[in-house]
Amino acid sequence: MHIVDGALSNEVVIAGGVLAVGGIALGLRKLDMEKIPVAGVLSATFFVASLISVPVPPTSVHLIMNGLAGIILGWAAFPALFVGLLLQSVFFGFGGLTVLGINTVNIALPAVVAFYLCRSGILTAAPKKAAIWGGIAGALAIALTTGVVAISLTLSGEKFYEAAKLVFLAHIPVMIIEGFVSAAAVYLIRKVKPELFDLHNTVSQGAD
Amino acid sequence: MSALLHNGPEAIASTPSAGGWSVRDLDPRVRILVVCAFAATVVNLNAFPILGTALGFSLVALFSARLPLGKTLKRVMMMDTFVVFMLFLLPFTMPGETAFTVFSFAASWEGIFEACRIALKANAIVMMVLALVGTMEAVTLGHALSRLRVPEILIHLMLFTIRYIEVLNDEQKRMRVAMKARGFRPSNNIHTYKTFGYLVGMLLVRALERSERILKAMKCRGFQGKLYLLDDMTCNARDYIFAGMMIAIIVVLLSWEYLNVPFV
Repeated sequence: MHIVDGALSNEVVIAGGVLAVGGIALGLRKLDMEKIPVAGVLSATFFVASLISVPVPPTSVHLIMNGLAGIILGWAAFPALFVGLLLQSVFFGFGGLTVLGINTVNIALPAVVAFYLCRSGILTAAPKKAAIWGGIAGALAIALTTGVVAISLTLSGEKFYEAAKLVFLAHIPVMIIEGFVSAAAVYLIRKVKPELFDLHNTVSQGAD
Repeated sequence: MSALLHNGPEAIASTPSAGGWSVRDLDPRVRILVVCAFAATVVNLNAFPILGTALGFSLVALFSARLPLGKTLKRVMMMDTFVVFMLFLLPFTMPGETAFTVFSFAASWEGIFEACRIALKANAIVMMVLALVGTMEAVTLGHALSRLRVPEILIHLMLFTIRYIEVLNDEQKRMRVAMKARGFRPSNNIHTYKTFGYLVGMLLVRALERSERILKAMKCRGFQGKLYLLDDMTCNARDYIFAGMMIAIIVVLLSWEYLNVPFV
């Protein structure tokens, strides 16, 4: 769900850039050098996860997993997802350069929202209930992302309004898929290595 | 270093290209700055001849970078379905003089022009980015950004990400082979979502365990939270000439657009 260069007005692009810098700065403050390897490896994992595609006839959709990234990384999702988007735009030509800021906000802000809304449920409830919270986080993050994409398009020009509405509708299947995939991932992690969800605590305290 | 982040088999920035001049030999910092300036310029152009000229410069850069043209163009074409979708919709959502109608929906000329404009801008920028920055080794990009005073901790995060994308992608492929061996075929159903969820979850679990091992191994080697970037980048005459050329191009494009100075 990348916006390309040239579609948005300068005001929106600049606002996106400023917000992204703020978010990244906040995220980086939660990371000390001890936590860089964890954050880097997880950021690489989310990059790899976005290469997995689910066949949805007649086409296929690739996973985004920003909800899950938010739950695990918290504010650190901002720099982690930014790095992924930067590499994608520079080496794959996906998304644009001037819109890097707004694209980061569109993906990472919903991740942070999912973190605040769903994390306690995922940490404390029984694995099955945690999975439901995970599903909510996954679906919600995509819904919010399409919402913010729609808003940034509409702010750039009324002409995009109809298109933005359709983008939202077209992404409802993606929300459902991301919801199920995130739910299953949360379930497995709760069963196998629940510390993964506690990373944020240790990250923000900066101690082992 | 990472095959995923490579543009073709010859994309090794550190190897000077054999014979002749190529953008690959230029200082990475200059390339990054120039691309940013070019992108900021192109999004502010509107007239078609000017956008066409900008696209022409991007194509020249693409040739000069000796990127495999077919492969790169395919990559450029593979824009998100979302973009294509929006470009197709734009003629119908933008009010203006009717060009044609499909099922009683009127397509406006204004919408068609706007869609073409966005497509031209996006392609011009993507090609320039792929030619000038995409041809760098991913690690070189990190070093160059660090030299451009991007915060160290972000650079470290980026270098770790670059380092492990390939490793984790291999892991993902191995797990997919194992899944295939057990008869898994992805389709559009709950079972697939659940299986992919477990795949992502397991990737994350293994990634966490891997990162614990990495930290320990790095501490053994005296890691104190700093990676030393041992290369030093220098700007020579060729870099200044190239930067000057690109600034000239940008000035021409902008004055053509905004001062109506006819250059052709």
